[in-house]
Amino acid sequence: MTELAAQPVAGRPSALRSFVDFYATTMRTTIQTQFQYRAAMYGYTIGMVAEPTIYLVVWTTIANSHGGAVDGVGPHAFAAYYIVWTFVRVMNIVFTPYGWEWRIREGQLSGQLLRPIHPIHYDLAWFAGQKVPWLVMYAPIAVGLSLVFHPSFHTSALGVVVFLVAIWGAYLIRSLNQFWLGMFTIFTTRVGAIFQVWFLAELLLSGRLLPLPLMPQWTQELAAWLPFKWTFYFPIEALVGNLSNAALLRGLGFQALWAAILGAVAVGAWRLAVRHYSAVGN
Amino acid sequence: MPVPRPLVVAWTYLRLGVMNEMQYRANFFVAIFQSLLQVGVGLAVLALVYSHTSELNGWTQSDLLVILGVQILLGGVVHATVQPNMERLADEVRDGKLDFALTRPEDAQLIVSVRQLQLWQLVEVVSGATVIGVGVSRLPTGMDAPHTLAFLALLGVGALLLYCFWLILATGSFWVVNMWFLSELFEGVYQTGRWPIGIYPGWLRYSMTYLVPVGFAVTVPAQAMTNRLSLGTVGVALAFAVVLAAVTRRFWKLGLRRYSGASA
Repeated sequence: MTELAAQPVAGRPSALRSFVDFYATTMRTTIQTQFQYRAAMYGYTIGMVAEPTIYLVVWTTIANSHGGAVDGVGPHAFAAYYIVWTFVRVMNIVFTPYGWEWRIREGQLSGQLLRPIHPIHYDLAWFAGQKVPWLVMYAPIAVGLSLVFHPSFHTSALGVVVFLVAIWGAYLIRSLNQFWLGMFTIFTTRVGAIFQVWFLAELLLSGRLLPLPLMPQWTQELAAWLPFKWTFYFPIEALVGNLSNAALLRGLGFQALWAAILGAVAVGAWRLAVRHYSAVGN
Repeated sequence: MPVPRPLVVAWTYLRLGVMNEMQYRANFFVAIFQSLLQVGVGLAVLALVYSHTSELNGWTQSDLLVILGVQILLGGVVHATVQPNMERLADEVRDGKLDFALTRPEDAQLIVSVRQLQLWQLVEVVSGATVIGVGVSRLPTGMDAPHTLAFLALLGVGALLLYCFWLILATGSFWVVNMWFLSELFEGVYQTGRWPIGIYPGWLRYSMTYLVPVGFAVTVPAQAMTNRLSLGTVGVALAFAVVLAAVTRRFWKLGLRRYSGASA
């Protein structure tokens, strides 16, 4: 900041520079704000951890009653999958269509349109910053779950690197997906039904409910053509360590492909929607 | 014999709530759609689980249908009557608007518990009951009158337990200001009730029975329907409900003492 202030006004800082600055500042603000509400965050986290813990307990029970494995997956492998699950779930928390519904209904979008940058950057930066306190708070819970359920990992160095990239890829893909869905709210306010069907598809086709190889064959074939598995199943497996090096790199390629496709869809949806937008009270 | 005042108050608010909700009839169809999805997800997950096994800790697929039905039914009761009241309570404590409830000449706990109604969420009660019916009709044992009566009574106990749990959570707002996570917390924990409490490892089972009464609320009524119920369990469930109700009342009073209003 001091450098900037000391410089003579030789023109605006470069677009990239101000962009990075915007992201860094927003993320820092979010991190500091979120750490103020630790009790609330733990309350939310417990609600969130309940879901994978239920899946873990159910599948562990089944594995134990069938000689120690379900289709070759044992209790410790399930434990690894569902403990990493919550890290990936946290990365998948994005600005949702329900947020858009509120933003449109309250006329909040008008103010955002006056800003010099696209509203999606604010959402991306805000939710990216919000990951940090959440991941920090989940870490001790993950340790506790590991002590109880004894996960088994086969992680490679490449797997760790791919995981660290893939969780951000997942974040971007899910953000873009929810962004273009959110654009529906500009045309109609009764969109809850569309979103719920979408969330259902995601639950069944992403690996959120169950590692995809344990799903029926047709589900796996369908999932291969959709973006969902690259936001849940792929990052989880990258860290758990059941993917070959080739599969790891191919996965990153697919993430990049989906990010590009959904980015284009998001841009198109935004252009259509913003033309239609008229604020309440105008 | 005069009707007790708390009942009159509750009845008046209920009528008001129904009249209010009747203005938004389209929400009825939204609720039907949501409930169908919810039942669909539950059935899909059950089908998935039972494609890999024939029984889960001694519970067959039909048994689990009964649990799923009870969980959905009680969830409907909570979503229609308890949750909207408790969310409003937490919001009003934060905004300092609870004064309006406290200045009324009735018991404050009664008032904050009956003000809101989301009538259309009762659709879940119907879909839950349907799932229970299908589950029971597929059981080899069938049903008799005593078990059905026990089931209905235990459902009432379950609703009371869930109400107490919600009120304890919402009362927390007297200490913790930002309580936006309450419904997420409840929904997450409540999902554990979809499965028989017996499958959870020891420490988790105890906390889900006594700390978070989901086990008592859902599994015990389902035990009555599937002929697993012992008289001892009924006794413990009833005693626990009485104790929890008393503890909840005390905790509420304790929290209320901390409330200072918006401008005080």
